[in-house]
Amino acid sequence: MEFTGTGIGRGVAVGQTVRMPDPLPEPADTPSKRGADDELSRATASMGAVARDLEKRAEIAGGTAADVLEAQAMMAEDPSLVDLISQATAAGKTAERAVFESFASFRDQLTAMGGYLGERAADLDDVSQRVIADLSGVPAPGVPQPEEPFVLVARDLAPADTALLDLDKVLALVTSDGGPTSHTAILAREKAIVAIVGTADALTIENGTSVIVDAAAGTVMTEPSAAAVADAEARIAERREAASAPLTPGALADGTAVPLLANLGSGDAAASAVELGAEGVGLFRTEFLFLDAGQTAPSVDEQTAHYVRVLEAFPGKKVTVRVLDAGADKPLPFLNDADEENPALGLRGLRALRANEQILRDQLTALAAADAQTDADLWVMAPMVSTVEETEYFVGLAHEFGLRTAGIMVEVPSIALLADRALAHADFASIGTNDLTQYTLAADRLLGTVAGFQDPWHPAVLRLISEIGQAGADTGTPVGICGEAAADPLLAVVLVGLGATTLSMSPAALADVRLSLVRFDRDAAQRLARIALDAHDAASARSAVTDAAASLQKE
Amino acid sequence: MVERNIRIGSSHGLHARPAKLFTQAAASSGATVNIRKGDKTVNAASILGVISLGVDHGDEVTLTVEGDDAERIMGELEELLVTDQDEA
Repeated sequence: MEFTGTGIGRGVAVGQTVRMPDPLPEPADTPSKRGADDELSRATASMGAVARDLEKRAEIAGGTAADVLEAQAMMAEDPSLVDLISQATAAGKTAERAVFESFASFRDQLTAMGGYLGERAADLDDVSQRVIADLSGVPAPGVPQPEEPFVLVARDLAPADTALLDLDKVLALVTSDGGPTSHTAILAREKAIVAIVGTADALTIENGTSVIVDAAAGTVMTEPSAAAVADAEARIAERREAASAPLTPGALADGTAVPLLANLGSGDAAASAVELGAEGVGLFRTEFLFLDAGQTAPSVDEQTAHYVRVLEAFPGKKVTVRVLDAGADKPLPFLNDADEENPALGLRGLRALRANEQILRDQLTALAAADAQTDADLWVMAPMVSTVEETEYFVGLAHEFGLRTAGIMVEVPSIALLADRALAHADFASIGTNDLTQYTLAADRLLGTVAGFQDPWHPAVLRLISEIGQAGADTGTPVGICGEAAADPLLAVVLVGLGATTLSMSPAALADVRLSLVRFDRDAAQRLARIALDAHDAASARSAVTDAAASLQKE
Repeated sequence: MVERNIRIGSSHGLHARPAKLFTQAAASSGATVNIRKGDKTVNAASILGVISLGVDHGDEVTLTVEGDDAERIMGELEELLVTDQDEA
C-alpha cells in the first residue's frame, strides 16, 4: 500500500515502523474507594516521580530542549495544581481523575489565551499523561526507544518528544498530522532526517511493518517488493555517495552556476560550513554580537575583531553581512525600547538603524576595517528596506565608508513591487523569504495560530520573487535567496527558475539542494517556476511542481 | 511585607523560559511570593499560575514578598523581571 503526505527534503529510508503510543484513555469518574488522604498522597508521589524523571531528561538533553523539559518538571509539581487536585480528592475523586481534571482546567485556560500560550497546552498535556501513566502503572506515552534503527510513525511530535529522540536510531519520521511548518518538519530539516508529514491514514500502519519512506515523492510504501527495496537502497547509496563526493560548486544540469552559500549566525560555524561545501556566506547575521553585549552596542574594535574571524574563513569568497536587524522578535534596549503594538510593522531593521545612525556608522566602520585586513569579498546589506529612498540611503552610506558592494534585503512587498527601481540603485538584492511570506500573507510568523500561512510556496510570494528576479535580469543585478525557502530542494529549483542567481541556507541543507539542482536545466527550472506561479495556493503549487518534476525526470 | 510595581523586560513577556527562571527563583527563595496583574493574583512559585497571567513585554505587575529577608529577595526577583531573559 502507498500513503501520501508532504515530504521534507529528498531523502529515502527503508526500515520497520514503530508506532508512537496513543494517548491514555480518560480516567473514569468513579468515586474513590481509598479515601481522600490516600488519593492525594498517591497523586503527589506520582507528580514528584514525573518531575524527577523530566529533570533527568532535561540534564541529558541540554540546550533549549532542557528549558522546555525543566519547565515541564515544574508544571508536574505546580503548587496551584496541587491545590486543585487536593480539592478534587477531598470531593471523593480518584487520584487519576483528580490529576486529569486539574491539568485539563489549566490546559483550557491556556488554550483560551491562544497563540504562544495555546501551544504550551501540548506541553501540559504531556505532563498530565505522564502523571496518569505513573499512577496507573503503565508506561508513559512518549518516544519509544527500541534497540534497532526504526521509522517512527506518530500523530505529530511535540518538542518534549523530539528532545530525547535518539537521532541515530531514527531512520525516518512519518506523521499523520502537521504540515511543512510543524515542529516535526522543522526538526527534520534541521537534522536532515527523512520525513513525511501530514500523511493521511499513517496511523493505520501497524507496528513492525516494513516500509520505504520516500521524501522526494512524499510517499510511504508498506510491504514493498524486493525490487523496490533494492531500488531505494541504491538511491540511499547514491545520496550517501553524493554527500561524501568531492564538493562541486552548485550548478544546474546545463552547467549554469548557482553558487550555494551558507547562512551563519556566528563566526564559530564558518569552518563547518566550508566543510559542507559552502561557496561563501549569503547571510551573516550580526545580531548575536549586539544581543550578547547587553545594554550598550559593542565597540568598533570588538566588532572588527569578530568580522575578521568570519572573513578569514572565506578567502577569495563572497561573505554577505547583514547589518544589525533588531526590532520585532529581537529588540535591543539601546536601539528601540518603545512598546509597539505591532513590532513586526514597527521601527525595526534599517528603520531602527536610521533612527540611531551612529550605531549603523560604527558597524560600517568596523566592517570596512575588517575588509581591509582580509581577502574575502565582502558584501553588505540592510534588512527591512521598504522604499527606493531607503535603498539609495543605505547603498550610498555604505559606499561612503568604502564598502564596494552594498545591497538590500527584499522582505517587504513594497520593495519587491518596485524592484526595477530599487535595483537601479543597489549592487545586489537578497530575498528573505520568511519575512516576505509573513508580510505578503499578513500573518505573524511567530504566532502558532496563523502558522499555516507561513509557506513560501504560496504563488503570491513566488510572484513577488519573480518580479525581483526579472528586475535583476534587466539591470544585471545579482539576486540571492537567504530564507528557509532556499533549503527546500525542489523549491530551490523553482527559485532559480524565477531568477535567483545564488541560494543561501543553513549548511545542513547544502548537499540536498546541490543534488536537486543538477537534475534540471534552466528550461526545466523555468517551466517548474511557471507551474508554481499558476497555482492557486501553496499546497497546489507544491504538488503540481512535485508531479511535473517527477515527469521531467522520466523524460 | 514588601510590595513593588515592576515593568516586564523580557521580549516575549513572562512565558516560556523567563517564566521558568522567575518561578524557580520564587520557589527557592523560601518566602511567600505573590504576583498580581490587573485584578488576578497568583502564587509566584506556580509556573502555571504565572503563565496563566498572560504577562507580556512592557506589562506592569505587582510583586509582594513576605518572609525573612524580603527586601533582598524582592531585589533579586525584580532584577529577573526587568531583564530580557529571552535572548540567549
